[in-house]
Amino acid sequence: MKLSELIHGPSLIPELTATDRNGVLRELLQSLADQGQIPEDQVETVARSAITRENQGSTGFGKGVAVPHVKHACLKKMVATIGRSSHGVDFAALDRAPVYTIVMLLSPADAPEEHLAAMERIFRYLQRENFRRFLRQADTTEAIMDLIKEADESND
Amino acid sequence: MSDASSSVSCEIAVPNAQGMHARPVMRFVDVASTFSASVNVTNLSGRNERVDGKSAMEMMLLEAVQGSVLRIEANGDDAKPAIEALSSLVESGFSDGLSANTGDP
Repeated sequence: MKLSELIHGPSLIPELTATDRNGVLRELLQSLADQGQIPEDQVETVARSAITRENQGSTGFGKGVAVPHVKHACLKKMVATIGRSSHGVDFAALDRAPVYTIVMLLSPADAPEEHLAAMERIFRYLQRENFRRFLRQADTTEAIMDLIKEADESND
Repeated sequence: MSDASSSVSCEIAVPNAQGMHARPVMRFVDVASTFSASVNVTNLSGRNERVDGKSAMEMMLLEAVQGSVLRIEANGDDAKPAIEALSSLVESGFSDGLSANTGDP
């Protein structure tokens, strides 16, 4: 699985407007809806599900990265996007540090293996300090996608 | 007081239907981090990669599903209580409360 095929380039947000966690989740979902990746009328449903999920346990894995993810019956295919905040957002992360990179993964309810494989791939990349640092610095959609394509190439 | 550096390990199957998804991983890392011993985990049913049990990002690589057998290894003075706490956490299906006895310093 290539991350560059999973991440929907046009939905990326190189500089998030929202400064709080719930706002960031909504902003990313709205961007996916604007780009036709999820149904417009499901944005709020999926947002609520993502917020509930975060309240049960943060997806802020530490080191400035959060990976909010939702499995929902209204989603027809797996899709991911990335938002970047240069100011940092409080995600109640494991290490209590602000989050600068948010990778959001949406999956249909009936594809758990695919979902797990996508998560594995996302975390394999995020593992690398260089990848995290460059991702945090990448301030355009092109820069972010180039970085991901490079990581795809060095990984397979 | 305790015998110098000790190494303890156990093998245990993941019981919960959802497997080691994000929340169980976070809980595992929380508990592992309360010990000074190093903690490493291998998914024996997976690709046998040995990861740091105190790193949530590394733990996400395990791809452990229900029934996957994990080998948990601890190294250090409090390796034994660490393994006891972590194995009971996994055994409980990562439910809250049950394995809270992590022996705060």
